[in-house]
Amino acid sequence: MPGIRIENVVKTFGKITALNGISLDIKEGEFFVLVGPTGAGKTTTLRVVSGLEKIDSGDIRIGEESALDLTPAGRDVAFVYQSFSLYPQMSVRKNLEFPLRSPLHREDDQEINQRVDFVARILHITPLLDRMPDALSGGEMQRVGIGRAIVRKPQVFLMDEPLSDLDAKLREELRVELRQIQQELTTTTLYVTHDQIEAMSMGDRVAVLNEGIIHQIGAPQEVYRKPADLFVAGFIGIPKMNFFDCSVDAASSRLSLESGLITLSMSKSGLDGVSKLPKKDGLILGVRPEAVKVHTKKGEYVFQAEVLFTEHFGSMNIVNLKVGEKIFKARTRPTLRIDPQAKVWIEFEEEHILFFDKESQKAL
Amino acid sequence: MNTMSMIRLVNMTKRFGKTVAVHKANLEIEKGEFVVFLGPSGCGKTTTLRCIAGLEDPDGGEVYIDGEMVNDLPTLDRDVGFVFQHYALFPHMTAYQNISFPLRAMKYSKKEITDEVTKVARLLKIEDILNLTPSHLSGGDLQSVSLARALVIKPKVFLLDEPLSTLDAEFREEARTMIKRIHIEIGATTIYVTHDQMEAMAIADRIVTMNFGEIQQTGSPESVYRNPVNMFVANFLGSPGMNFIDCTIAGNDSLELGLDGKILKVGSEIMKKAQEAGKGRQLVLGTRPEDFSLSSTKNDFGFEMEVSIVEEIGPENIINLRSGDNTIKVLAGPDVLPKSGSRMWVMPDQDRLRLFDKETKKEIL
Repeated sequence: MPGIRIENVVKTFGKITALNGISLDIKEGEFFVLVGPTGAGKTTTLRVVSGLEKIDSGDIRIGEESALDLTPAGRDVAFVYQSFSLYPQMSVRKNLEFPLRSPLHREDDQEINQRVDFVARILHITPLLDRMPDALSGGEMQRVGIGRAIVRKPQVFLMDEPLSDLDAKLREELRVELRQIQQELTTTTLYVTHDQIEAMSMGDRVAVLNEGIIHQIGAPQEVYRKPADLFVAGFIGIPKMNFFDCSVDAASSRLSLESGLITLSMSKSGLDGVSKLPKKDGLILGVRPEAVKVHTKKGEYVFQAEVLFTEHFGSMNIVNLKVGEKIFKARTRPTLRIDPQAKVWIEFEEEHILFFDKESQKAL
Repeated sequence: MNTMSMIRLVNMTKRFGKTVAVHKANLEIEKGEFVVFLGPSGCGKTTTLRCIAGLEDPDGGEVYIDGEMVNDLPTLDRDVGFVFQHYALFPHMTAYQNISFPLRAMKYSKKEITDEVTKVARLLKIEDILNLTPSHLSGGDLQSVSLARALVIKPKVFLLDEPLSTLDAEFREEARTMIKRIHIEIGATTIYVTHDQMEAMAIADRIVTMNFGEIQQTGSPESVYRNPVNMFVANFLGSPGMNFIDCTIAGNDSLELGLDGKILKVGSEIMKKAQEAGKGRQLVLGTRPEDFSLSSTKNDFGFEMEVSIVEEIGPENIINLRSGDNTIKVLAGPDVLPKSGSRMWVMPDQDRLRLFDKETKKEIL
């Protein structure tokens, strides 16, 4: 299985720059996820890799060779879309066979049967093979659609938000199944999504894209724990990371958040870290909700906040907290009970505090 | 009759042709409550809301608002504010004009209009965009303006139909917090429709879960989550939802699981329920993903499964385990990273086990 190399690719549509010099090196057999908000350039990236769009400059390699002169069919990639149209007059089996009977990929009957049976087995659709599409549920249809893409053993899978039309339960199920299938087939996969949970849970590696620029490439946990900039920090993780305007006070013993609204004293080791920061002002402090600890008693290195309200998610609670007009969130055990308007003491886990430069937006 | 309730549905039924969209809905909503109608598409949640608003006429039963039967009352006279999924703002009017529109229609004086719009704009923190037309506003701002337009008339009841579902995830969370904050400040009776269980859990005082046109269960987010009355509610709530494992009685203190006949020792409470349901009966054991512990050594109160995929989603990991065609999902800390293909013992928390009847899908009490 070949890898995919995208080298400094620029793609414009009229005056709009969809891809502004992006480079990705997707390894053989890797499940690589491109994640970003609407308009980031994710789908354009897929389309230029598949050959459906021509690039303005740069290079795209599938395996060793440049793919720029190959037609979409010649690139031997399979697209998996958000919603599939199956042939309504054909049974599931006939739909799955279809790509293998096309003039480009004609296979003999025995081979076709073997491949269809294999795909049906790994997608759990064997009992559906004789049904017609109108007798399938949405999830079953999407499984057949995925089956049709993988049945002809392409070199590369390009998946464009294949789960986003499905309801939440099916999405949870299918994201695990797709991952298993990819591990079994070891086909190099470029997967596009706007859903950061999908990106985190599925990718060997993840690239975070926004406005045609790649902000960070890394393993999901790396992107989550060490975001390269404010965009990545805010985009990855639900609930979102809490951000505070921050400066280090003159004696360097405390942090002033939100122009003095909150004063946060720190331990000696925490202050050591702060003293290494390249600047004292114009900082943004970032802390994920799970690193915000809510105490009912005063302790060291805490500040006071008021409970606005608590969201109960069953397996956890999100406590919305307020200091002045500033609202931020803490993730707690589901058993924690605090009334609205209660005064509580807040601690940030120092080892999980991140600092960003407000001006450059970069992590420090 | 409870005179306190702001909304009361009595055997309300709505059909579209042969399809029963809502079947005999009975519900009371107290003044000031924030109630969420939750269910998959086609469950009847929006139809119920539209019947309350007067946008649909029920085929049977009654709708009461503040003690008054409103079946024959037109929408305008019901004193409800409605917010749609799509904002339905006038494109040629500024945000200010859009928000003040209902007040002008109700012939408020100029000063009253200025006062009310200013107040609601401050509440929603949109003072600085009042002079912009919709084409210059972001999705989040558009939804704020349409909320403001519904709020400005101070309706008795505030009805919201999937108001956040067209927003990007990052704005959705913010907008949800805003809606909750406004509710806390003004305390309007609110009905909010969504298919997103996270949203429902986060925002509701009380959740009304619906499926196939019927109300399945009504209760606080925690009680519905913890004590689901049937398998639909158990699986629909939670991300991931509750795990189910088929089982039958194996002995005096154990169940035979539909996982290649594995035997699980269980506590007396669950055993009693299983026995009362009847020997030979097909049962389903339900456990939430956060209610398991994992071990690499044998444990009688657990069963062995193979790790398939570990999903690292940030603050926690979802460990997917399988045995034959069955899979279960276990939530664990971010540092729990068993290898794919390794075998683990899975122990459900005995106090948190639920038992369902496989045939009726109802909880065995």
